[in-house]
Amino acid sequence: MAAIDAPYPGSAAAAAIFRTCRFTGLKVDIAAQRLIMANAVAAVVFLAVGGVMGLLVALTRWPAVHLLPSEWFYLVLTGHGANVLLFWIIFFEIAILYFASAVLLGSRIATPKIAWAAFVLMLVGAVMTNVAVFQGDSSVMFTSYPPMQASPHFYLGLIIFAVGALIGVGIFFGTLVIAHGEHTYEGSIPLVTFGALTAAIIAVFTLASGAIILIPTYLWSLGLITEIDPLMYKVVWWGMGHSSQQINVAAHVSVWYAIGALTIGAKPLSEKVSRSAFLLYILFLQLASAHHLLADPGMSATWKIVNTSYLMYLAVLGSLIHGLTVPGALEAAQRRNGYTKGAFEWLRKAPWGNPAFAGMFLSLVMFGFIGGISGVVLGTEQLNLLMHNTIYVPGHFHGTVVAGTTLAFMAMTYYVLPLIFQRDVIWPKLARWQPYLFGIGAAGISLFMMGAGTLGIPRRHWDITLTDAMHPFDLPSGGFLMMGLNGLSAVIAAAGGILYIVITVGTVLWGKRLDKGDAPLNFPLHKQAATVAEYGSHTTVKLPGTIILVSIFFLSFVLYYFVNWKYLSEIWLLR
Amino acid sequence: MAISPPRNRLWWNEPIERVEIGWIVVAFLWGLFMFFFMIAWHFIGGQNLSTETYRIKPPAYEEKVVAFAEKYQVAEEDGTPVVRPPAGEDVYLLARLWEWWPLLELKKGQSYRIHLSSLDWQHGFSLQPVNINISVHPGYEQIITLTPTQAGEFGIACNEYCGIGHHMMTGRIRVVE
Repeated sequence: MAAIDAPYPGSAAAAAIFRTCRFTGLKVDIAAQRLIMANAVAAVVFLAVGGVMGLLVALTRWPAVHLLPSEWFYLVLTGHGANVLLFWIIFFEIAILYFASAVLLGSRIATPKIAWAAFVLMLVGAVMTNVAVFQGDSSVMFTSYPPMQASPHFYLGLIIFAVGALIGVGIFFGTLVIAHGEHTYEGSIPLVTFGALTAAIIAVFTLASGAIILIPTYLWSLGLITEIDPLMYKVVWWGMGHSSQQINVAAHVSVWYAIGALTIGAKPLSEKVSRSAFLLYILFLQLASAHHLLADPGMSATWKIVNTSYLMYLAVLGSLIHGLTVPGALEAAQRRNGYTKGAFEWLRKAPWGNPAFAGMFLSLVMFGFIGGISGVVLGTEQLNLLMHNTIYVPGHFHGTVVAGTTLAFMAMTYYVLPLIFQRDVIWPKLARWQPYLFGIGAAGISLFMMGAGTLGIPRRHWDITLTDAMHPFDLPSGGFLMMGLNGLSAVIAAAGGILYIVITVGTVLWGKRLDKGDAPLNFPLHKQAATVAEYGSHTTVKLPGTIILVSIFFLSFVLYYFVNWKYLSEIWLLR
Repeated sequence: MAISPPRNRLWWNEPIERVEIGWIVVAFLWGLFMFFFMIAWHFIGGQNLSTETYRIKPPAYEEKVVAFAEKYQVAEEDGTPVVRPPAGEDVYLLARLWEWWPLLELKKGQSYRIHLSSLDWQHGFSLQPVNINISVHPGYEQIITLTPTQAGEFGIACNEYCGIGHHMMTGRIRVVE
């Protein structure tokens, strides 16, 4: 059998060129490396564009500043959503998929030429949608709910982007098959690859939902279909819109595990538990479309309850499990590293000066406390009435995709730069502060928008003074204060974002080359990062710190949940 | 580490940490509680969104609202009729670019069957400062039974983006003792 497995001359397997990473000992396919670089660069470019737009949005919603005129506000808000929520995150996720398959498994990447074609499609699609937005007649928001209509190329760009991303996901699956067939690794795929596989499986569902709804919508915008039912659109569109956020969750949880491994040598407490938690995502996260239909006509209460809870909160259970196993793995590793005093020496003496670790830990805490708890509350059938379409909603998802996903991906970048671009991070002192600056800003925008939403401030709204309205009335002044604080936080987050872009671009262009010589890294890897063979579930340890942290989290969750029921019970009667 | 294959190929047979088992049980039970609490609120709670919905063509809905407004109109404010329907009556409110029409006057403590639909795009019924938020679609007529529990002036904002005049779209409900 061995002879069959050996590559024959001229085959793709023989043509692949590898290098060995001197920091991790990983075998890196040069073709995969180039693809990761291209996708990561595209991601950062769209983050920069979308980030600037986000700042403009926040400055307009800051009542004292009110920067943009209304047409520009709605235009920029549409562009902000598409660029950061779709283009930045999905480009980066494709890079993660290639990394988690080809690099972590030491395999060649499947069909690199087709992977480049996928990249070009994504780029063309993203640019096309941006052009449509900037032309000014597609200010339909990220959700583009019919009967409101955008230019045909707004939808076409999104479709082309999704096709490209779907091909990228296919390349990931292909690479897994090749790695398995060519025996590039022993036993099961690593946990991080398993998490990436979870993200990829959800991505197929997501992108398919996108195609199912966006293709008819495109035909409708061309006049070939007469009507798109607004309710049907919402059900299917959110099969993409919300489920794609679950790709992010699976991807950033994988990133948490990866950074824990790289920075302090963390192992999962138990392979079985961590992998089962990912499996729960695959099985139940797709029901989330219902989160956007709780305050809509037409759906039965049974449908709403079953779907919004991911069938009895089984996908939330997956996240709650990671909420213990990730800090637990970190604590166990730190105790093994010698920090055993008290409940929290492991945390106090963690590498807080390493932006990868700091960003990862902030992302973990904020995703759980801000994005996670608010998500469950917002997604509770009746509680949704209090917050549906108020600015609480963007507050929630800035807690998940900005404080959670984006911060985790930024943290990961501090290892993508030295290990894939082979350039050492420049300005390490500034880099050290970047995750804190961005993290504080992201926490601020999430919390203040949630606060304003609780007071009834609407989302996607240019003028909450309602000055030009036919029947003006006053929204609560507390809401105005919150929107001001949100603007301030956005400025802080933008400073962190600009720092990230400057450091990343500066490193790629001028960072010290690491492929020659034996210079150490500015942000060193944990010494065990090189001993890849020594790995398995962590053996029994006491984790008092993690138990305390998880208890605080659980109490906050329960308390906040019931506070909202109390609030609901005080509004007008409704049946 | 998490970035390399598990050393123990039979990792499925490894024991699970007690702290993990404990947390999984707590988290699972909490999930069950939250699931059943939503169901329970339909029986014990006073705030549940009705799902009574009918398909209707926008022009047909507009006719019903106009007829309703003519029947019970008591005044006019800002060029819009103020309508005072009798308690328990069907109340029709329509959403269009960019207003909630007509203005309503309701009695505190009385129940009304409020019909909601849109004539054009999607809109968001956002009653403030009560903070009740409901999506309104064209082609669907939703009926909710609402009982105001406070008297005073209440505003309706639109919180579903509906084009360039979105921020000007408002309405009003006055609740009298």
